[in-house]
Amino acid sequence: MYSAIVFLPLIGAIIAGVFGRWLGAKGAAYLTCTFMVVSAILSWVAFYRVGLSGDEIRAPIMDWVNSGDLRTSWSLRIDTLTAVMLVVVNTVSSLVHIYSIGYMSHDNSQPRFFAYLSLFTFAMLMLVTADNLLQLFFGWEGVGLASYLLIGFWYHKPSANAAAIKAFVVNRVGDFGFALGIFACFAVFGTISFDEIFASAPDQVGTTIDFLGYQLDTMTVICLLLFIGAMGKSAQFLLHTWLPDAMEGPTPVSALIHAATMVTAGVFMVARLSPLFELAPIPMTTCEAIGALTALFAATVGVAQNDIKRVIAYSTCSQLGYMFVALGVGAYSAGIFHLFTHAFFKALLFLGAGSVIHALHDEQDLRKMGGLRKGIPVTFWVMIIGTLALTGFPYTAGFFSKDMIIEASHAAHSEVAHYAFIALVAAAFLTSFYSWRLIFMTFFGAPRHDEETAKHVHESPLVMLVPLCVLSVGALLAGYLGKPYFIGEGYDDFWRSSLFTAPENHILEEAHHSPAWVVWLPTVMMAGGFLLAFLAYIAVPTLPQAAMRTFKPIHAFLYNKWYIDELYDWLFVRPFKWLARTLWKTGDGRIIDGLGPDGISARVVDITNRVVKLQTGFVYHYAFVMLIGIALIVSYFAYIYWAQFWSGF
Amino acid sequence: MTSWPILSTVIFLPLVGALFILVLRGDDGAARRNARYIALWTTVVTFAVSLLIWRDFDPTTAEFQFVEKHNWIGTSITYHLGLDGISMLFVILTTFLMPLCVLASWQSVEKRVKEYMIAFLVLETLMIGVFCALDLIVFYLFFEGGLIPMFIIIGVWGGQRRVYASFKFFLYTLLGSVLMLLAIMAIYIQTGTTDIPTLIAYDGFSEAMQFWLWIAFFASFAVKMPMWPVHTWLPDAHVEAPTAGSVILAGVLLKMGGYGFLRFSIPMFPLASADLAPVVFVLSVVAIIYTSFVAFAQEDVKKLIAYSSVAHMGFVTLGVFTLTAQGIQGGIFQMLSHGIISSALFLCVGVVYDRIHTREIAAYGGLANRMPIYAACFMLFTMANVGLPGTSGFVGEFLTLLGAFKVNSWVALFATTGVILSAAYALWLYRRMIFGKLEKPALANILDVSPREIAVLAPLVILTIFFGVYPQPVMTVTSVSVDKLITEYQQDLQNAEAAARPQPDLAAAEEN
Repeated sequence: MYSAIVFLPLIGAIIAGVFGRWLGAKGAAYLTCTFMVVSAILSWVAFYRVGLSGDEIRAPIMDWVNSGDLRTSWSLRIDTLTAVMLVVVNTVSSLVHIYSIGYMSHDNSQPRFFAYLSLFTFAMLMLVTADNLLQLFFGWEGVGLASYLLIGFWYHKPSANAAAIKAFVVNRVGDFGFALGIFACFAVFGTISFDEIFASAPDQVGTTIDFLGYQLDTMTVICLLLFIGAMGKSAQFLLHTWLPDAMEGPTPVSALIHAATMVTAGVFMVARLSPLFELAPIPMTTCEAIGALTALFAATVGVAQNDIKRVIAYSTCSQLGYMFVALGVGAYSAGIFHLFTHAFFKALLFLGAGSVIHALHDEQDLRKMGGLRKGIPVTFWVMIIGTLALTGFPYTAGFFSKDMIIEASHAAHSEVAHYAFIALVAAAFLTSFYSWRLIFMTFFGAPRHDEETAKHVHESPLVMLVPLCVLSVGALLAGYLGKPYFIGEGYDDFWRSSLFTAPENHILEEAHHSPAWVVWLPTVMMAGGFLLAFLAYIAVPTLPQAAMRTFKPIHAFLYNKWYIDELYDWLFVRPFKWLARTLWKTGDGRIIDGLGPDGISARVVDITNRVVKLQTGFVYHYAFVMLIGIALIVSYFAYIYWAQFWSGF
Repeated sequence: MTSWPILSTVIFLPLVGALFILVLRGDDGAARRNARYIALWTTVVTFAVSLLIWRDFDPTTAEFQFVEKHNWIGTSITYHLGLDGISMLFVILTTFLMPLCVLASWQSVEKRVKEYMIAFLVLETLMIGVFCALDLIVFYLFFEGGLIPMFIIIGVWGGQRRVYASFKFFLYTLLGSVLMLLAIMAIYIQTGTTDIPTLIAYDGFSEAMQFWLWIAFFASFAVKMPMWPVHTWLPDAHVEAPTAGSVILAGVLLKMGGYGFLRFSIPMFPLASADLAPVVFVLSVVAIIYTSFVAFAQEDVKKLIAYSSVAHMGFVTLGVFTLTAQGIQGGIFQMLSHGIISSALFLCVGVVYDRIHTREIAAYGGLANRMPIYAACFMLFTMANVGLPGTSGFVGEFLTLLGAFKVNSWVALFATTGVILSAAYALWLYRRMIFGKLEKPALANILDVSPREIAVLAPLVILTIFFGVYPQPVMTVTSVSVDKLITEYQQDLQNAEAAARPQPDLAAAEEN
């Protein structure tokens, strides 16, 4: 059954990809959807068996790379952490598949689209079922490939191509750290299989390894290197630049890959490696600091964006920051819980945004929307549900998971915890503000799109609305239903050994006993954000313009995403291109060739012109030299031979 | 083992085919067709016979197998052939690529078809000989002899600047081979033999002697590899060579350098290898980073792939000189995998070159619109080239870097940047050629791959994925031989150290 969960999407991808032209658009779509739905149902069964009934599976499939003392195999590791991810990935993926039947119905390369989607799902499943670092890396890069292909799906658009390359290359920067982390693990532990690493990790606490000529703490080096990988995949600050651009891909892709699943791979990785991170305080603090910074940074940028998908993208980035803070303070289960609930409401928001875009014929600019709640009522209501869940309205999904993280950050003891708490609370306010701003600009007020578009505003077909409704249920109930297992009294029975917490780590316990003001602060922030958005976009519609004029530099700074893209362009991209050209023209051309073959050949040509006028074919020269060489050897040996022969007399 | 001389059979079968083509009369369509078919059948049969070698190969021993030994010149120089785990797969790689080369040249070569096919068959004989030879002189003959048909292929069937390219090729390789010849003579003078197994077991070279011999061999292999900074012949040679020539150049000829390090430099001169490994590391890392940068700036698609080859060969030299099991096996794997992937990339370029006759990247764009199958294949090979896990390109890169990290983390750090850089240049190339709108009028009626081209690319597609998912067949063949190489190397180092140490025990014993 577990093999079926993982490999059904792959089979679907291969069939749709190779035989797509014979299956046709509908055939490929239905086929991959069927496979995905079966896989999703099976993963709920797996969730029940593993999470709730206590099964745990290690299923080796076959050898992969064996060399010297390195042993790796393809295998499936199903514990509670994996089971949670299976449910998240397959549920969202199957809903996105179904939604895409409607959303992509006008596209003429649908088989390719569905093949990519299923391929992505397969890679993601390999990632979450990995039993060693190498298979994790396989899934890691595999989802990167699928993401690249899907962002660049509309390959005739130059912006989509650029975004695809950017996503892949920036992710590779993260993978660079990840790969070095794997090498370091192997150098230290002599193995890269999870169980063996986890077993011997406690022995390495306090030891040092030689890294770049310095003697550094072993666990710190390994975890920091691996964490760079997590930062790249989960779009954390400094490596986040690819995520907003990734919105060039079709909207279902954004929902599946860039909200619910792939970008959470970094969170999953840290949780999976909790037996390592738990022993390494510096990486944990780094994780917390980076997470808090990302949460706040992305929220500030989200406030100033006008593209509906970009707002949600920055929101995703910000929520990932929350998850990293949870991991950083040692509340792994809270991070995974937020990952779980976030998958539902963020996928919902993205797919809802897709429905809006669909209704307006590919219009994504918030400034050209408005007043849509009558035209597309179902979409309106599901977006409201998604927003409530995101902002943490009481008893919706986000209320349980996000508030838990804020409480945990308050209860934590590390040096940066105080700062993280403030950042998260501020981000909660901003989250509420930009989320309601999006709702108000899209659905309320007077329509700002032209007459022609207004006439054609239409609700999406049922095939798109049903997944939205399913996700709405998740967004409303996932938190309430999940809480006892993920972070509540059922914690130990649910997670068992799949998450590791040190004996002295009581963060969840302490968080549950937070003072009342900490418990209520996020809710107050949510209400405050809502009120400000209401004030600015409903009550006094002139306010945003006035504010923009007054705080022009600040707005420009936020609107331009803190100028980080510009900075990178100036710092990396231009020097890269310049260096590439210089090394080619000057390095290879002038120096190596100039001093080497061209210089010599010029001299040789001078000489040969004078001396050798009979033959000018170069092959002759060469053959001649070789002939001389052989003649020399042969005569030399002949000489030795004869000398020996005669000396016998 | 059979008494049937299977290695000689595989080596000289192509030559028999060449003789058949030689006796063909006339230069009409029928003669050309016959020449093509004879070449195809010869290479296919050779490949089939070479598979028997793999079938009968015993991976549990590090000894040379299928040995043939006959007196040749005097008593000391013998016609000595044999294979072990390090060399065996290179023979298979060679025989595997040849039928694809013949197929790839089916229509693109129109002039002097007979001579072209003869040149390729002779080249095959010489290449297989290189990997089978167990005598230095025999090796040298095959090693240097292989350059002559390659010259002819570039010089006669090449592009516009073919003379410049073959000239550059000539200069570089001449430099290397002259030094190697001198080294071979020096070895013979000291040891009285040119027999490779004997020399591997021999440990009488002084450290200074090892140093100079190592340098001399290195000169030849580094040019072949090619390593930075003696790599500039490669892009020119690739650019001017016909497609099949590029395939052989990238697929097989470059591997002779890496093979040479494993067969000669390390086992015969272990002390020098240990001393000079840091130099190799530096050159490898420079090659990986420098040529990746240069590749990014290229405007000619074949040049870009050629530079990317140099970068990938950097991983090979890096891995081999880590002298760890992972590094060396990774190096061998990387060579085999690169033989598949870079061949495939050059074949892909050949496909579009045959259609619109330009290698300029800017002349393409939007090919995905009209050539979806081609775009899919090209994507697979591009991803294999950037070392995506699940393709064969990943395994070699990963293992070499893993080995490197154990030896020196700085080296690993710099070399690992290659994964970022390769993604940059390879995806940038793909975007410029395949993605985008199809706007160029010359491309408006371009056709997707033909059945013949699918037949050429399909085996490469299958192998790229197969070895990425299940590299074990290669690992099994190489592991025992690689272990032996490392064990003997470490043994030699320990012996040398023990000899260099003053012997206090003995002195103490005498006092008592």
